Amino acid sequence: MEFVQNLPFISIILSLFSGPLSSVLDGKKAKRVNIAVISIIGVMSAAVLAYVVRTGKAFVYMMGHFPAPWGNEIRVGVLEALMAVFFCVIMLLSMIGGVREREIQIEETKQNLYYVMVNLLLSSLLALIYTNDLFTAYVFVEINTISACGLIMIRQNGRTIEAATRYMIMSLLGSGLLLLGICFLYDLTGQLLMSNIQAAVRALDASGQYHIPLLVSMVLISVGLAIKSALYPFHAWLPDAYGYSTLSSAAILSSLVSKGYIFLLIKIFYRVIGFGIVRESKVIHILFVFGIIGMIMGSLSAIKEKDIRRMIAYSSVAQIGYIYMGFGLGTLPGVIASIYHILSHAATKSLLFVAASGLTDSAGDSTDFSDLTGAGYRNKLAGIAFTVGSLSMVGFPVFSGFISKLLFAQAAVGHEIKMLPTLIALAISTILNALYFMNTVIRIYTPERRRGNEKQRVVPLREQPAKSAALVCFIVLNIFLGLSSEPIIEMIRTGLGMFM
Amino acid sequence: MNLTNLINNYAEAVAMILFGIGFSNLLLQKNLIKKIIGLNIMDTAMYLFLALKGFVAGRKAPIVVDGVQDVEAYINPIPSGLVLTGIVVSVSVSALMLSLTIRLYRRYHTLDLDEITTRLKKEGL
Repeated sequence: MEFVQNLPFISIILSLFSGPLSSVLDGKKAKRVNIAVISIIGVMSAAVLAYVVRTGKAFVYMMGHFPAPWGNEIRVGVLEALMAVFFCVIMLLSMIGGVREREIQIEETKQNLYYVMVNLLLSSLLALIYTNDLFTAYVFVEINTISACGLIMIRQNGRTIEAATRYMIMSLLGSGLLLLGICFLYDLTGQLLMSNIQAAVRALDASGQYHIPLLVSMVLISVGLAIKSALYPFHAWLPDAYGYSTLSSAAILSSLVSKGYIFLLIKIFYRVIGFGIVRESKVIHILFVFGIIGMIMGSLSAIKEKDIRRMIAYSSVAQIGYIYMGFGLGTLPGVIASIYHILSHAATKSLLFVAASGLTDSAGDSTDFSDLTGAGYRNKLAGIAFTVGSLSMVGFPVFSGFISKLLFAQAAVGHEIKMLPTLIALAISTILNALYFMNTVIRIYTPERRRGNEKQRVVPLREQPAKSAALVCFIVLNIFLGLSSEPIIEMIRTGLGMFM
Repeated sequence: MNLTNLINNYAEAVAMILFGIGFSNLLLQKNLIKKIIGLNIMDTAMYLFLALKGFVAGRKAPIVVDGVQDVEAYINPIPSGLVLTGIVVSVSVSALMLSLTIRLYRRYHTLDLDEITTRLKKEGL
């Protein structure tokens, strides 16, 4: 066994233990530890990715060296490693971009507690990505929920506490259903490791036994994870949670937390149940329909919104709809498009949140549209970044959003029944996206006519070096995803092949 | 035939009914404390279901005494382990929910989540 194969386990443990460590440090030190841990884990994940791409095979890491049915396992393929690298990059940039907001909005004595939550969140995300055991996945789903709740409520005001409560209630409903589904699967197959369950499910499917319980468990798991990742009718908590929490929290929650659950669902579809069986069931049609409704309803709510951060939050609802629509198609290109959109949306949404906070800085922390007129002139970099993010969301070529829309359309073409609804929904949703994002861009570049609004001020680039650096990195990442999408799509394809 | 299956597995049916009760309470109740009670009923129903799955009539917990090594003498210990893990998760989640409830109550002097939401809409932050 090579040393690289230990790295996934080490990265989970490292972030898990840096959580308790941060709780005894003061805020500044905890911040340094946190940044260092995320960077180290990013580098280690990149090493793992390089190793897996070179060998071309997924590897299994036995925890405690107990063989298959008894021990717990970590399994790493190209897709898992790619996700881990990407999540680390986004998290690092979001943490750097929100440094100043955190210092202002979080009480002095609670600064270090924030980093406890972020470290735990990172470890649970990594564990969700890497684990090969369903029950371990459930436990880390709960850890993820708890730490995400902490991220929402660390900025204490009525809105965030209410949003955190609503978030917890929805999440607990979701994890109840997920747990029930996992118990049904365990009951049917007698296994907890993903590969073993898949063998047993294949045997069950071939013999035709227990068809209905299998379907029920599939439905429970899909609905549970859909609730947790805020698919359309279950999104009530989302605008408040993203709109009023501190900047890093909003960026991390929108771009990573919900994506972790979606990745787990894809993994369960491929590695636990088998995509053939999922495709034959009617479950994916339900996800497809709700995905399409979400794409349109999310955008409609965003148009009505008068608060820039809540508008971006509602746009997340629409983008989650895209992802579910993608694997609702039930084809390999559809799933590839979904996974690419996970990456693209994560890069774009965190960019938008950070850029929007740059714009609101120039308007005296007001998030209302009427105060943002001309904000693009007062904070130039944030204006450019917001424009880049908006263009990417709308699907302008060169940026990452274009590639994901293209992939969705390509995946839909050739599908007998779902082609027309998908293309129509894509077109409508693109127009709606353009309506509210371009409207905002035009507003921030409209010169302010009325005078005497003393809240407004010019924000020079030097004032916030950290946020500027994060914004530049985000823009570069977005254009990189848009221009060199080919190798990434190829990696996703080989990664999905390793799932089999 | 279906009915006999139901009668034979009455305990699982009870677990599912309890799960439904807890789930609908957590979803529909307005009062936060009642919601948390619903959450606990839901989780407990899951433990009942898991424990039933691990139980085999006439067998014992898998602790080797008197040198009996035969598999047939013992029940499957994994569901019990899962129940324990589930309890730990449920305790921490309940504690978090209760602490959120306390914070909301101190601020708004009510446990009704919908009323809190309407008040928030009126007064802003």
